[in-house]
Amino acid sequence: MPYETDYTNQKFSVIGNRVNRPDGVDKVTGRAKYGADASAAGQLVGKILRSPHAHALIKKIDTSKAEKLPGVKAIVTGDDFPDFTGGNRSLMDTLENCMARGRALYDGHAVAAVAAVDAQTANQALKLIKVTYKKLPHVTDVDEAMKPNAPIVHDWIRTAGVDPAPTTASNISQRNEFGHGDVETGFAQADIIIEKTFKTEQTHQGYIEPHACLATLGPDGVGELWVTTQGHFTFRNMCASLLGLDVAKLKVTSSEIGGGFGGKTHVWMEPVALQLARKSNRPVKLVMTREEVFKATGPTSSTSVDVKIGAKKNGRITAASAELRYQSGAFPGMWGMLGAMTSFACYDLKHVKSVGYDVLCNRPKVAAYRAPSAPMAAFGVESVIDLLAAELKMDPVEFRIKNAAKKGTQASYGPVYGPIGIGPTLEAVKNHPHMKKRLGKNQGRGVACGFWFNFGGQTCTDLNIGIDGSVNLTVGTVDVGGSRASLALIAAEELGVDYDQVRVTIGDTSSLGHNDTTEGSRGTFSSGMATIFAARNAVDVMKQRAADTWGIPVDQVVWEEGVARAKGRQNSNLPPLSLKEIAAKSPRTGGPIAGHNEVVADGAGVSFASHICDVEVDPETGSTRVIRYTVVQDAGKAIHPDYVEGQFQGGAAQGIGWALNEEYIYGDDGTLQNAGFLDYRIPVCSDLPFIDTEILEIPNPNHPYGVRGVGETSIVPPLAAIGNAVSNAVGVRMTHVPMSPPRILKAIEDAQ
Amino acid sequence: MSGVTVSAKVNGDAVQYVCPPSESLMDVLRNRLNLTGVKEGCGTGDCGACSVTLDGRLVCSCLVLGAEAEGRAIGTVEGLSQDGELHPLQTAFIDHAALQCGICTPGFLVAAKSLLGRNPNPSEEEIRYALAGNLCRCTGYDKIVRAVQSAAKVMRKQKRS
Amino acid sequence: MRFESPTTTKAAASILAGESGAAHVLAGGTDLLVRMKMGMIEPDLVLDIKRIDSMKVLKVAAGGVHIGGAVPAIELGESERLRGLWPGVVEAANLIGSDQIQGRCTVVGNLCNASPAADSVPALIAAGAKALIVGPKGKRRVGVEKVVLGPGKTSLGRDEFIEAVVLPARAGKSADAYLRFTPRTEMDIAVVSAAVNLTLSRGVVTAAKVVLGAVAPTAVIVPAAARAIIGTKLEDAALEKMAKACRAACNPIDDKRGTVEYRTKVAGVLGRRAALLAFERAGGSK
Repeated sequence: MPYETDYTNQKFSVIGNRVNRPDGVDKVTGRAKYGADASAAGQLVGKILRSPHAHALIKKIDTSKAEKLPGVKAIVTGDDFPDFTGGNRSLMDTLENCMARGRALYDGHAVAAVAAVDAQTANQALKLIKVTYKKLPHVTDVDEAMKPNAPIVHDWIRTAGVDPAPTTASNISQRNEFGHGDVETGFAQADIIIEKTFKTEQTHQGYIEPHACLATLGPDGVGELWVTTQGHFTFRNMCASLLGLDVAKLKVTSSEIGGGFGGKTHVWMEPVALQLARKSNRPVKLVMTREEVFKATGPTSSTSVDVKIGAKKNGRITAASAELRYQSGAFPGMWGMLGAMTSFACYDLKHVKSVGYDVLCNRPKVAAYRAPSAPMAAFGVESVIDLLAAELKMDPVEFRIKNAAKKGTQASYGPVYGPIGIGPTLEAVKNHPHMKKRLGKNQGRGVACGFWFNFGGQTCTDLNIGIDGSVNLTVGTVDVGGSRASLALIAAEELGVDYDQVRVTIGDTSSLGHNDTTEGSRGTFSSGMATIFAARNAVDVMKQRAADTWGIPVDQVVWEEGVARAKGRQNSNLPPLSLKEIAAKSPRTGGPIAGHNEVVADGAGVSFASHICDVEVDPETGSTRVIRYTVVQDAGKAIHPDYVEGQFQGGAAQGIGWALNEEYIYGDDGTLQNAGFLDYRIPVCSDLPFIDTEILEIPNPNHPYGVRGVGETSIVPPLAAIGNAVSNAVGVRMTHVPMSPPRILKAIEDAQ
Repeated sequence: MSGVTVSAKVNGDAVQYVCPPSESLMDVLRNRLNLTGVKEGCGTGDCGACSVTLDGRLVCSCLVLGAEAEGRAIGTVEGLSQDGELHPLQTAFIDHAALQCGICTPGFLVAAKSLLGRNPNPSEEEIRYALAGNLCRCTGYDKIVRAVQSAAKVMRKQKRS
Repeated sequence: MRFESPTTTKAAASILAGESGAAHVLAGGTDLLVRMKMGMIEPDLVLDIKRIDSMKVLKVAAGGVHIGGAVPAIELGESERLRGLWPGVVEAANLIGSDQIQGRCTVVGNLCNASPAADSVPALIAAGAKALIVGPKGKRRVGVEKVVLGPGKTSLGRDEFIEAVVLPARAGKSADAYLRFTPRTEMDIAVVSAAVNLTLSRGVVTAAKVVLGAVAPTAVIVPAAARAIIGTKLEDAALEKMAKACRAACNPIDDKRGTVEYRTKVAGVLGRRAALLAFERAGGSK
């Protein structure tokens, strides 16, 4: 059966080759078009007016002066967005986040927008809009927001997941609990117990391309949106729902995307652009400034986490528990839930309990950032694991190997694992040359593990074979990191043709059925799966054409290495027909040859990683340099090893920035102090060494090639790997991320 | 505000444009001359995505006024390939998978070309510091540095032969 | 907004004098354009001085150095002679931002932007640099330490601009050094910085000037730190005294780049390290 998803352990001809990506020339010549690179005749420039207050009532918005400014063609406020949500709270949250409805909920919250003939006029118009605010008390810290007398962000929130159900308003939107066994019993069996609290600050995905779109929307509800996004189908559905449009009448085309990492899975201003376009009846180009990106899109949570782990003298963990508090910004989210699910996923535990809280505060609406919520949980857990190992005088890698989850382990978040990579990555780390490098003065080494589930989801793919035998593959998952190359390899493998014969396009929303967003490490996994089946579908068609050409039943035809062969001695006189030959004949044998597949790609395999990090700390200033870094991660099957390595290195670099320097800094007035790349410090080229990678391949039994999603896991271990390395270098346990020089220096001094 | 008329050269071609005095060279290149290879990542000189050369010097075009370019020669990523042939740096970036999303790539190519023009045999450290003005969020810079090292080697060879 | 690019200092002075609105001199633009983009200023006039030949002059001799107001910082690093005479001034100037910034920014612009964390300022003050100011009444010369009054504020009249910065003659066996603390290796504004300029005679420090940056509204000259090392060969006790004097001279703020506590501590560390570096460069050995 060609549509089974089981791993088949087949030999590959082209999979695994380091081929050149198909969009490479466009990108190195500047020809590739990103969100802000499209323009339309007669277009207007859109600009958004944003709240300067962390929390305020909007008493009045007076747009009269702005409306009179020559060149201003449309102005919108919350009043221009009727409620089409039908009581769906989550939709209303998105709508309210795009444009405030009576209350500004964070510094940077959109309160009005204009479309004008040029940027200067638009900016001038914003200055002429008079907003009367009444400031309200605000709260920005996650622990402060949980206190009983904290300012309440939404008075309709009642904490879910608590029994009996509360009747009073809270900033805690939900409580989730995962685990099995009985931790009290487990702790009672322990010879040593370590308990510690950790804090991590808010970070942003930091993609270099700001959000940008070009929107048109006519009075007939027909519209087009060119936009940088991780999911154009999701954006289409969302904009249509929020604006009361027919989904099929809104065509969304994804531009090339200049980075997303989870931050472009969500609409932040696209409905506003469409509404301005409708009101002005002209195309509207809306591009965010860098400051707006930091203030008004979806950074990740800041957290505080308590971890408690007990172990016997022989190194076996007897119980593990955690309480994790994640702020979700001004609207509810499930980030605490994800943190609780991932905390102990690497380990084989009899008694485990993790409780996650999602907490509201006056900050932007949190969105996913590459393995959302897992890095913070891992920081706490992997730090305590190191403390335990040290206390027991065991090697930290050996301690982890002794407790690693394996096939048959019940995960702390519920399911039973199939074959997984945590043990193998730890063994690989143990034997890696990195571990043998001698450490110098003021240097320390740290290891840490990480985990991420991968997601499958709705996928739809078209494969068309041209009359000259060239192959057009249209997929619906946005290419964030080079997946077009991998998908072309997969199509080439299945069809038995050269990689260069396959051309991959990301189709717009009118060309394909729904595709879920590129997130959850699903791009190559899901579209790859759909590509395999679409190709097999096309192969079935070609076998039929060959059978018809030869006049034999189709079950006597096989497809091998790009040709149809007639099986059986009675057919031995029939020469094979190549794909090119079948394609050339297609107008006369039944018309264009295509393969198609819709699938809810299931069975995405979990991806584990172990990282090793060496740092050098200047004890007089706290200045820290990463001098060596190694990523070992299980990819299941690396379709294109260069791009798998790229994901490993990219995630590690983001984690290093998060661990050492990146954080949102809020003033006492609740406003963001560092909304730019100058003071929100992501790693620069001279901050990092070469990042070594080792790809392990433990096949995912639920994918024909064994593929696991790899994009996210590598951001999970670095916070703890660096935490452990710095702690070893300075002899003091670090508990607050980022471990910036002032924090390190203070920790050193407090210990003296 | 009345416009400023500017005559300049872009990638060797004579151009003329009119722009408001306060408009940046970046906006002129992108919106008036349709050279969208120049990217705006921050608009304040902190990310290097808008890098171009101005009379041979590497600059952030977001920090140059369109009016300042009068009589000057500007080089963008669009001018890197000659006669349909990719520049060794462009080839190296593709070969070494030195790009993922690719938004920072034009800026890196212009900056790397500027570096190799001044220092044809840079050490790893020299490459890293010369490219510190170009932010990349996808790659962790590893394959970018390797691509520049590889292109430098090719270009030194080409020069000798 | 008007844009003017005169070709003589006389014309520039006359345009400035004739402007009644907000006038800003444009050199490298790496501060000015950022402030315009962030909406912090809305100039009525931007006066580009980069077409004035006399302001593009960089003249380097042991008898004195002339750095024109339009000379980009990268040119300072390209002068081997200047690197030999004033390594501290050069390294300070070359730390102002990335290579992209370096091709445009000027030390005069850095000075006039008057940021407490400006990189070139502590080194220029330690070197005894003077600013050549052009105005409607002619030219005047002041020590650069008199130019900056506070964050974003200079002592220049509204129709004055700086034509050049000059460095004095270099005594033998002299050297300077500039060190700054930033969290990343590049691209950051200094959290704390220290410049030391000194002269040796028979291996002993006979003259010194110590200036700290980013620890007060303006760069801070620390006479007590200089006194601590004059007459010494930078023995540990002298260095500790110097570091203590540096710490005592700090008057920093808590902000997104650093805390009072942190800046004060590190000022002492950097003062000590910059002194050692200048000492070695001048030919000293402990």
